[in-house]
Amino acid sequence: MSYPDKKVLLDVKNDFPVLVNNPNLVYLDSGATSLKPKCVIDKLDEYYEKYGVNVNRGVYKLSYTATTEYEETRTVCAKFLNCKEREVVFTKGASNGLNLVAQSYGMDNLNEGDEVISSELEHHSCVLPWQNVCKIKGAKLKYVELDSEGRITVEAFKKVLSNKTKVVVLTHVSNVMGYITPIKEIIRLAHEVGAVVVVDAAQSVPHMKVDVKDLDCDFLAFSAHKMFGPTGFGVLFGKFKYLKAMRPVEFGGDMIDEVYKNESTWKDAPFKFETGTPPIAEAIAFKEAIRYIESIGYEKIQAHEKALMEYTMRELVKIDGVTIYNKSVETGIIAFNMTGVHPHDASTLFDERDICLRAGHHCAQLIIKWLDTIGTLRACFYIYNDFEDCDKFIEAVKDSAEYFKEW
Amino acid sequence: MAGISDLYNQVLKDHRNYPRNKGLIDGYKTLKVKNPSCGDDVTVQLNIENGIIKDVRHIGTGCAICCSSASVMSETLKGKSVKVANEIIEDFYELIKGNYPDDEDRLGDAIVYVNIHNYPPRAKCATLAWRAAGAIIHGDEGETIDE
Ligand SMILES: Cc1ncc(COP(=O)(O)O)c(C=O)c1O
Repeated sequence: MSYPDKKVLLDVKNDFPVLVNNPNLVYLDSGATSLKPKCVIDKLDEYYEKYGVNVNRGVYKLSYTATTEYEETRTVCAKFLNCKEREVVFTKGASNGLNLVAQSYGMDNLNEGDEVISSELEHHSCVLPWQNVCKIKGAKLKYVELDSEGRITVEAFKKVLSNKTKVVVLTHVSNVMGYITPIKEIIRLAHEVGAVVVVDAAQSVPHMKVDVKDLDCDFLAFSAHKMFGPTGFGVLFGKFKYLKAMRPVEFGGDMIDEVYKNESTWKDAPFKFETGTPPIAEAIAFKEAIRYIESIGYEKIQAHEKALMEYTMRELVKIDGVTIYNKSVETGIIAFNMTGVHPHDASTLFDERDICLRAGHHCAQLIIKWLDTIGTLRACFYIYNDFEDCDKFIEAVKDSAEYFKEW
Repeated sequence: MAGISDLYNQVLKDHRNYPRNKGLIDGYKTLKVKNPSCGDDVTVQLNIENGIIKDVRHIGTGCAICCSSASVMSETLKGKSVKVANEIIEDFYELIKGNYPDDEDRLGDAIVYVNIHNYPPRAKCATLAWRAAGAIIHGDEGETIDE
């Protein structure tokens, strides 16, 4: 096969030790987690080897170094998202950030009869915290009706939006279908009725420029590990006026101002939400992940993913025995099944060839039910994939279709 | 497709497509096991009389490994004493680690699952129905979550 526009592809495989150590690996599971570049791994080591002490506590020099490195990540994140440092809450990841908003903002601001809007495209971490709060507070959880392709549209959103809407919680990019939600227009409309909007950006920030000022979102959460950063760390952006008014949901060390026997006061946001010793090395190393992305640039990242995607989709649609669920997708995610074959059976064939795919419900059972299937296979492209990976993947799909034809 | 056909072999295919002892019967001891992370669920029934497994039934949804294995289990354990069934179940757990038991014959069609040891992530699929049967023998009933 001839490779189109190979010059648009990045050449970064060697930045990723996992790929250097496993030269035959075809890693198409970046939606679950990305591989980590050497610069991030080195930064983790640097913390443990050079100044591995706690932050915000000691008054000695090493503690100062660790704290400075740690807080520098907040500065880098604020610039990256185009917000203020005090609007950057460090979390354990997207799930943790999304839960924090529901537990704090949701519990204090939702009342009986109020409405929350979400969708069937959501990751469980996005919708379940609100399902829970709605149950407790007697609020109603409404779903945007997806269009025939499974997309969230502005038109469908308008149909569920009303003066009762208090919170809108939606994914920016679906982790199953890869569709981009028209979130900016949705935010504008939600603000017209006075609702706040919580954006699950776990699958968008790794692949596209996200400017929270430009979007005008009220909250936005994502995980470091899906964008070259360490596991166990993430960021919740919140507009300061909301963060300031919100109650902490976890109490203990680091987040307090004054403690009395029956009463205590907290630090300001974001620190009142950051209880206990954080994942220090992970926080420190995360800024290197952001710098890595910025050194490449989102334009090049997107051009790379687009080239791989178009090349693969063109071949995939020609193969009999494959069901593709998101043919019109605009990001680097392919949702498919080998027709009539359970996704776990199919994925073993890919595994046999060192092709890593995700198989199953992807923590998003609502969209799997919407698709009326038991699970899907998912191939995700990221910057370290190349046309050879696409070829191996396409070849495996062909062979799998051939093999399971008789099943 | 060498390799994969060792796992997805004709015996497995036959049991997947033509499951034996499928469908539930009222009054039998019943255990439903669900694995929420992969979506598989299997319900197994045993009818034990005087220490003999007179009947084994099953239904479920899941991958070919899981569904075929439930069918194979039902054939293999039917008619065995509880004591022997327990031994066979233990033999099966060893088998899927790649260890052949002293008495291969008692495993029947289950012997083909030996190839699973090359596919460790799939071992759980192969053992789900067997673990359900083992649990019923040890007194479990109702519903349980497998992790
Ligand atoms: C869209 C989406 N939201 C939320 C999450 C949760 O992220 P984490 O598991 O890092 O908390 C994921 C991860 O799979 C995701 O894809």
